[in-house]
Amino acid sequence: MKELMLGNKALARGLWEAGVAFVSSYPGTPSTEITEEAVKFDDIYCEWAPNEKVAMESAFGASLAGRRAFCGQKHVGLNVAADPLFTLSYTGVNAGLVVVVADDAGMHSSQNEQDSRHYAIAAKVPMLEPSDSAEALNFAKLAYDISEEFDTPVIIKMCTRVAHSQSVVETSERVEHSRPYVKDIAKYVMMPGNAKRRHPIVEERTRRLIEYAERTPINRVEFTTDELGIITSSTCYQYVKEVFGESASVLKLGMINPLPVELIKNFAARVKRLVVVEELDPVIETHVKSLGLQVEGSELLPRIDEFSQNLIAQAFSKEISEGVALDDTIPARPPVMCAGCPHRGLFYSLKKRKCTVLGDIGCYTLGAVPPLSTIEMTLCMGASIGATHGFNKMLGKASEGKTVAVIGDSTFMHSGMTGLANVAYNQSNSTIIILDNSITGMTGHQQNPSTGLNIKGDPAGKIDLEALCRAMGINRVRIVDPYNLKDCDTAIKEELAAAEPSVIISRRSCVLLKTVKHKPPLHVDANKCIGCKSCMKIGCPAISMKDEKAVVDQTQCVGCEVCSQLCPKGAFSRD
Amino acid sequence: MTKNIIIVGVGGQGSLLASKILGHLLLNEGFDVKVSEVHGMSQRGGSVITYVRFGDKVYSPVVDKGQADFIVSFEILETARWLSYLKAGGQIVTNTQQIDPMPVITGAAEYPTNLVEKIRAAGIKIDAMDCLTLARQAGSQKAVNIVLLGRLSHYFDISEASWQNALKANVPPKFLDINQRAFKLGKNFTA
Repeated sequence: MKELMLGNKALARGLWEAGVAFVSSYPGTPSTEITEEAVKFDDIYCEWAPNEKVAMESAFGASLAGRRAFCGQKHVGLNVAADPLFTLSYTGVNAGLVVVVADDAGMHSSQNEQDSRHYAIAAKVPMLEPSDSAEALNFAKLAYDISEEFDTPVIIKMCTRVAHSQSVVETSERVEHSRPYVKDIAKYVMMPGNAKRRHPIVEERTRRLIEYAERTPINRVEFTTDELGIITSSTCYQYVKEVFGESASVLKLGMINPLPVELIKNFAARVKRLVVVEELDPVIETHVKSLGLQVEGSELLPRIDEFSQNLIAQAFSKEISEGVALDDTIPARPPVMCAGCPHRGLFYSLKKRKCTVLGDIGCYTLGAVPPLSTIEMTLCMGASIGATHGFNKMLGKASEGKTVAVIGDSTFMHSGMTGLANVAYNQSNSTIIILDNSITGMTGHQQNPSTGLNIKGDPAGKIDLEALCRAMGINRVRIVDPYNLKDCDTAIKEELAAAEPSVIISRRSCVLLKTVKHKPPLHVDANKCIGCKSCMKIGCPAISMKDEKAVVDQTQCVGCEVCSQLCPKGAFSRD
Repeated sequence: MTKNIIIVGVGGQGSLLASKILGHLLLNEGFDVKVSEVHGMSQRGGSVITYVRFGDKVYSPVVDKGQADFIVSFEILETARWLSYLKAGGQIVTNTQQIDPMPVITGAAEYPTNLVEKIRAAGIKIDAMDCLTLARQAGSQKAVNIVLLGRLSHYFDISEASWQNALKANVPPKFLDINQRAFKLGKNFTA
């Protein structure tokens, strides 16, 4: 049956058809929907793990048990899971094990633009790269065959434009696969003696995989002319076809590691001009050059940002239309915290106290955006706590009384706990604020170990954040409601002044959760409003100034009443 | 011949449903279709764009500058922002609603005035509708996306029955009435 399907959903469908029995992932844009779609199949056990490393280790356990297994993550998630990945290359698998890494060229929703193809090369594992939904589905199935045939984990590399584009797929039925678990210490216990015997097996496997890359139909030549030959993969293939149609020959690579040798040499020999079109790093280009071939790539195309058909057309000096634009300056529209977001009140309090705020990854990173402009550092998952510890250790009293780490509940579970262990163990006088909105927000509402619900929304184990922090040796743990500005301010003041580490849990559910009941919207009494703009300091998208008076957008306001606590004239009310 | 539509607006306004309905409709009409969406951080009140392309064979999932046959817009500043994506002779279907972006709220920038008139003065075909009022008339202010689709349908050689099927397949049954009314109000809009 033909269906229009999101790349990530198609990949999940491929997992199901391949007989996958186990999925463990941590959410991350643009990979999240793979796992959210996989959970809709009753034949697959699915879970959100606390982080990507745990997810990959759990998936390996399932593979070891003889069931096809999967874990998915975004590019930076694979950094977290890199430790198991590199040694999984040595142990190999029992039942097939497939890992998705979703890159985000263009950084639509990411802190860097790393090219994950390097991981496949460094870990010496095969990597497939689909260019649309149909390939996402089919490559998922093929990846399991490769995994089992070559005894290796296989990475599928997605990118935003494949993950989040819908295109037509044809579906088929599920085929079950399982293998018995057999004890094999030499294969699965990676201590030096055993690992030394596994490494040559990895090198031999790569040699066999290169042979496979020469003949696999997912590396294919579309020969139309000898004037121009383009080697490409992933979404770039689509842009190349869009621009050139039949006027360039194409070597379309579906397998990006290891790369074929003879196939590329033969293609190069048939064309007068050879160009590699690939986003981000010159991975294919470097390989082609290592074969001693004359090739263009980096001199034509940028090594930053995502590509498009116009960008490629221009690189080949083709004319494009730039369209028309108005003379007006169009103000930017950056993402903002939602109206009623519980993070807002807390950030306002931090700003008022002129705190140095070291931040983390999540919706609350938007605390760095005007007018709050409060967060001064964001690096990676969990870094707020580690960085605050180091900052305070070096600056001592000069920073302890005004520096805080802010981290969300899901991010704290992911990799904030170990940072807090360091604070408790090596005793920095740090103040940590856990922004507990009871969900993983930015990626679109996934449960985590502190919410008490599993991926299906059913009751699950629940980690008690207060008890956890206390068990780690933090004596000062308190909870505030971020809608109450006075309480926030008092808590921040007292915990910064304390002579020992402390944790403030700012607790209120994400306002977008369906279970959260909104109060009716507020409105401003224009007769009372003096236009002082006190309410504008919180940067609520529902409040604007019209004719020197504050106005509340009734379609956005959820009645959180944070603004009304700032009004000196009591001008906010509801009917 | 591939046709290109971009759907633009403010994150959270409901453009994903609009593209879902369009995708369903166009696939059923026998076209090859690609739809490209934005998830993640931009959905938090940022400027968002969704691409819909259809034809005999579609390669790229995105639409570039100067390529859109239609701009469907949820907010007039966003119409102006993405104007350069319109092809010469292309058609705009836009909501006239204004949502101040944060730089305007903070006073760092001004919301440009008379955007519809300026676009029209540039010789561009634009249907500018107060979709919020029409949607409320239909029964829910959330039906802005369906009002826009209704108007867009006016420019397509696709049967009313096909549009209705696509609506039915993608909106919850209890909201079907409201959405059917919204669709009609959009379709019958006259400037």
